[in-house]
Amino acid sequence: MRIGVFVCQCGTNIAGTVDTQEVARRAGNLPDVAYATSYMYTCSEPGQQEIQRAIREKNLQGVVVAACSPRMHEPTFRRAVERAGLNRFMFEMANIREHVSWINNDREANTRKAAELVEMAVAKLRFNQPLFSSQISVNKRVMVIGGGVAGIQAALDCSDGGLDVVLVERKSSIGGKMAQLDKTFPTVDCSSCILGPKMVDVVQKDNITLHAASEVESISGYVGNFTVEVRKKATYVDWTACTGCGACIEKCPSRKVPDVFNENLANARAINIPFPQAIPKKATINRDYCLHFTKGKCGTCQKVCPTGAVNYEMQDEIVTEQVGAIIVATGYDLFDASVYGEYGGGRYADVISGIQYERILSASGPFGGHIKRPSDGKEPKDIVFIACVGSRDASVGRPYCSGVCCMYIAKQAILTRDHLPDTRVWVFYMDIRAPGKNYDEFVRRAQEEYGVQYIRGRVGKVYPKGDRMVVQGNDTLLGVQVEVEADLVVLATGIEASAGARELAEKLRISYDQYGFYMESHPKLRPVETNTAGVYLAGVCQGPKDIPSSVAMGSAAAAKVQALFSRDTIETNPQVALVNERVCISCGKCIQVCPFGAIQWKELRGGIRKAEVLPSVCQGCGLCNATCPPKAIQLQHATDNQILAEVNALCA
Amino acid sequence: MKRIAYYQGCSLEGLASEYDISTRAVCDALGIELIEIPDWNCCGSSPAHSADPLLSSALAGRNLAIAEAEGCDVVMTPCPGCLKSLKGALETCHDPQQCDAFREILGMPFEGRIRAISVLELLYKDVGVDALRAQVQKPYADQVIVPYYGCLLTRPPKFADFDDPENPVSMDRLLEAVGVTVPDFPYKTECCGATYGVTRNDIVGKLTGRILDMALRVGAEAVAVACPLCQQNLDLRQAQVNRHMNRTFDLPVVYITQVIGIALGIAPKELGLDKLFVNADFLLRSAREEEPQAKTIG
Repeated sequence: MRIGVFVCQCGTNIAGTVDTQEVARRAGNLPDVAYATSYMYTCSEPGQQEIQRAIREKNLQGVVVAACSPRMHEPTFRRAVERAGLNRFMFEMANIREHVSWINNDREANTRKAAELVEMAVAKLRFNQPLFSSQISVNKRVMVIGGGVAGIQAALDCSDGGLDVVLVERKSSIGGKMAQLDKTFPTVDCSSCILGPKMVDVVQKDNITLHAASEVESISGYVGNFTVEVRKKATYVDWTACTGCGACIEKCPSRKVPDVFNENLANARAINIPFPQAIPKKATINRDYCLHFTKGKCGTCQKVCPTGAVNYEMQDEIVTEQVGAIIVATGYDLFDASVYGEYGGGRYADVISGIQYERILSASGPFGGHIKRPSDGKEPKDIVFIACVGSRDASVGRPYCSGVCCMYIAKQAILTRDHLPDTRVWVFYMDIRAPGKNYDEFVRRAQEEYGVQYIRGRVGKVYPKGDRMVVQGNDTLLGVQVEVEADLVVLATGIEASAGARELAEKLRISYDQYGFYMESHPKLRPVETNTAGVYLAGVCQGPKDIPSSVAMGSAAAAKVQALFSRDTIETNPQVALVNERVCISCGKCIQVCPFGAIQWKELRGGIRKAEVLPSVCQGCGLCNATCPPKAIQLQHATDNQILAEVNALCA
Repeated sequence: MKRIAYYQGCSLEGLASEYDISTRAVCDALGIELIEIPDWNCCGSSPAHSADPLLSSALAGRNLAIAEAEGCDVVMTPCPGCLKSLKGALETCHDPQQCDAFREILGMPFEGRIRAISVLELLYKDVGVDALRAQVQKPYADQVIVPYYGCLLTRPPKFADFDDPENPVSMDRLLEAVGVTVPDFPYKTECCGATYGVTRNDIVGKLTGRILDMALRVGAEAVAVACPLCQQNLDLRQAQVNRHMNRTFDLPVVYITQVIGIALGIAPKELGLDKLFVNADFLLRSAREEEPQAKTIG
C-alpha cells in the first residue's frame, strides 16, 4: 500500500508544542509510507487540495491526517479523499491536538507521542479495506417529546412543512412552564394570550398526533427509522368521549388535592382539568386522592358525566410510533428552595418561589390575580425578592446562571407596583444579567420608573417576626448590613434539569452534562444536533434559556428535521459487525450480548445455523467482536487485526 | 456496652467542666463506655494552626493515633473546636500531598481509619432520637428551650458533614425527644462573637445580646448549647452583655448534655448544674405553677 501522511500544524495550536516537521520526517520512514509532509491548516480548502494533489501525483492508496479530534473533521477529510478517488475508509486520523498539544507543554515528549500516534494510524491503515454504505429509506414522520413552547414551536414548524408530527407530552395538557406564567418579559404581554393560539393550532392541525398524559417507554432503531413505544397513562376518563364540560370537577367530593398547576397555593379536585386553556381540555383522575381508588366508595364523577366518559377500569396503553427523527424538548424543573435552610423556603408560608408568585399574579391563579400572601390572604405592603436562589452557587451544585431570574424578578416587581402602587419592593441581587434585546432597558425601568429598590448583596437569613418576615442581608455597595421587614419574600429559584432527563437520555442514547442538561453536538456550530443522528434538541432541556431562545431553537430543530427529510434515503454506516461463516461455531454468544438485537440466526443448507448481523440495526459497538470465542464476528473498520496492529506499533 | 474514645480537650478541664461531667454521665446512662485517651495532649487549638497547619494536624493526630492503638474506631469530643482539629488531622492524613510529612512528624503508627464526631452527632446519629426518647425517665413538663448551634458544629459544611449548615435541627430533635418545647429559633447559627470576648467584649456584648434577646422573643426560658465558647459568651458574659445592651437578661444557658441528663434521671449535681452562672433550676420544675404568659415575637 502507498500511504500519505499529513501532519497539521493547526496554526500554532499543534505546532506550538509539537515539532510537526519532525513528526512528518519520522512518518516518512514508516513502512508503506510514500509521502509525508506538514501543513499549516490541513482542513482548509488549500490543505484539502494538497491531500488530493498528493493522492494523484504519488498514487496514494491510503491517507493519514494527524490533526485534531476526528469528531469534527474526520467527515471533512473522508470527503476530501473520496473526491480524489479513494474509498473514504482508506483514511485514518491521529489526534495530536486534544490528546497531545493542548494537554502538555513538553515539546520533546509531545513530538514523540505525536509520532507514535501517527505510527499507530499508519499501522492500522495498512489493514484497512474499502467499505461501502447502502441506502435506506427515511420515514418522514417526526416525534417531538415535550409540549412546552419549544416543543410546540418545533411541532408546528414541522407540520407547516408538511411533515406528520407525533407530539408526546407527560402532563395532561401541553403548554409547559410558559402556560403557568402571568406575563412575559420585556414586553409584559400576557403569556397565555400568546401561547394559547399556538396550543390550539396543535390540536387543529390534521398532521399532528398529540399524545398527552404520555411518556416515552422505549426507543429503538436509528436515524430515519426509529420505533418509539409511548405509554399513554391511564387517565380514567375516555378522552374521545370527554367534552371538558367540568361537571365532574364541580361535583367531586375530594377537594383537598394539591393544585400542581397553581404550585400548591390552592386546592384542586381529584378529577381535574389543570387550567381553563388546557389542550387537550380533558379531565384526568388523580388516583392518590380519588375516593373511588383510596376508599373504594365514591362514583360521583361517573354518575354526573353526561357522556359516560369516566372509566375506573382504564389501564395504561402502549402505542408504537414509527418515526424518522426525534426532537427532544423536555424542558426543566425549578430548584428546590428548601435546600437553603437560611431562607426558610418550605418552612414559612410567606416565603415563596418565583413561579408561585407568578401564579399569584395570574388572573387564573389561586387569588384571581389579586396579590395576597399565602399565610393569611392579606395584601402585602412590603415585598422582598432574593435573586440567585439555586443559581451561581457551587455549594448547592448549581454553579451556572439560570439566565432568566434577573428578568423575571424585574417583571414581577413592575407588575407588583402596577397592581399595588403603594407596595414597597426590594430586590437583593448579585449582578444584573440582562443581555437580551430590550432587557437591560426593562430592568432600568423597574429601578427608575417603578421605584424598585435594588440592593446589591446576598441575604444571610430570613426569619419571622410577628406576622412579618425579617430579611437580613448585606449591601455590598454601601458596605453595610441591612435588615428589611417584609410581608412576603419571593425566592427567585433557578433552573435545573428536569427530573426524568437522565433516564430519557439513556433511552435516546444521547449524552448529558453533569447537571443533567442534554449535550449538543457542538457548543457553537451544532447547537440543536446531538451526537445521535436523527435526534435534535430544543429549549431548556439543553441548558437554561428564555422564551425567545427556546422558540428559536424549536424552529431550528424543525429546520434540521426538514433538511434530513428532504432526501428519500440516507446512507448507512458500513462500520458494522460482519460474520465470517466459515469460522462461526454457532455458539450464539453474540446474539446474547448484542444490546440492539442486531444479530440473528441464519439457516444454511442442511439445517446448519450461523449468526447473521442485520447491518441496519447494528450500532457498531463491538461487544460481539470481543465476545466471539473463535473471532468469527468482526467489527468492520475496527477488526482485531487492525487493533492489534495499532497495539504492536505502540509497543514495538 | 459501646466503647468509644473520649477526647475532652482543655476547655472541659477548666471553665466547661460541667460539660465534661454531664457528657460522661449521659454516656454512662446510655450504655456508652468512654475510653479517655491516655496521655492526651492539646489539639492545637487556634495558636498552632495559625503558626503551622501541619503542626496543628500532627498535635491532634497524636491523640487519634493513641485512640486507634486503644482499639477504638470512633473518637468523640464535646468541643467543636477540638472536633475541627481532629477532623483536620484526618484530612491531612488522607491527603496524598501531606500524608508523608504528617506521618513523619507524628512518629507513631496511624492508619487514619478512626471517625471523629461531636457529642451531638453521637447522640443524634449513633444513639438516635427514638432510642433516646425510650430512655427518658423524667420527661420535661413544659420547659421551653431554644437550641443555639453557633458556627463550628455544622460548618464548613463539607468538613463538618453533619446536619443542615444554615438551619440545623439535630439539637431541636433531641430536645423534643426529652419533652422540651422547642420554638423556631431564627438566630440558632448567628455569631456569638467567639474569641472577641477576650479583646473586644463590646462586640461580644452586642452579638450575644441579640441572640439572648431573640431567645426571649420566641418565648424561651433557656438556651441550650453544645460548645464551651458559646456557653461562656452567653452565660459567663451575661453581666457584660447587660452592661453593653442596657438590659437585665437572666437567661440560663445550659449544655445539651445537662438538659438530656436531667431527663434521664441523673442528679443535678452529677451534671454540674450548680456550675452555671445563670441559675438553671427551672429544668427541675415539674409543672409551672401559674399560667404561662403568652409570648410572641414582635
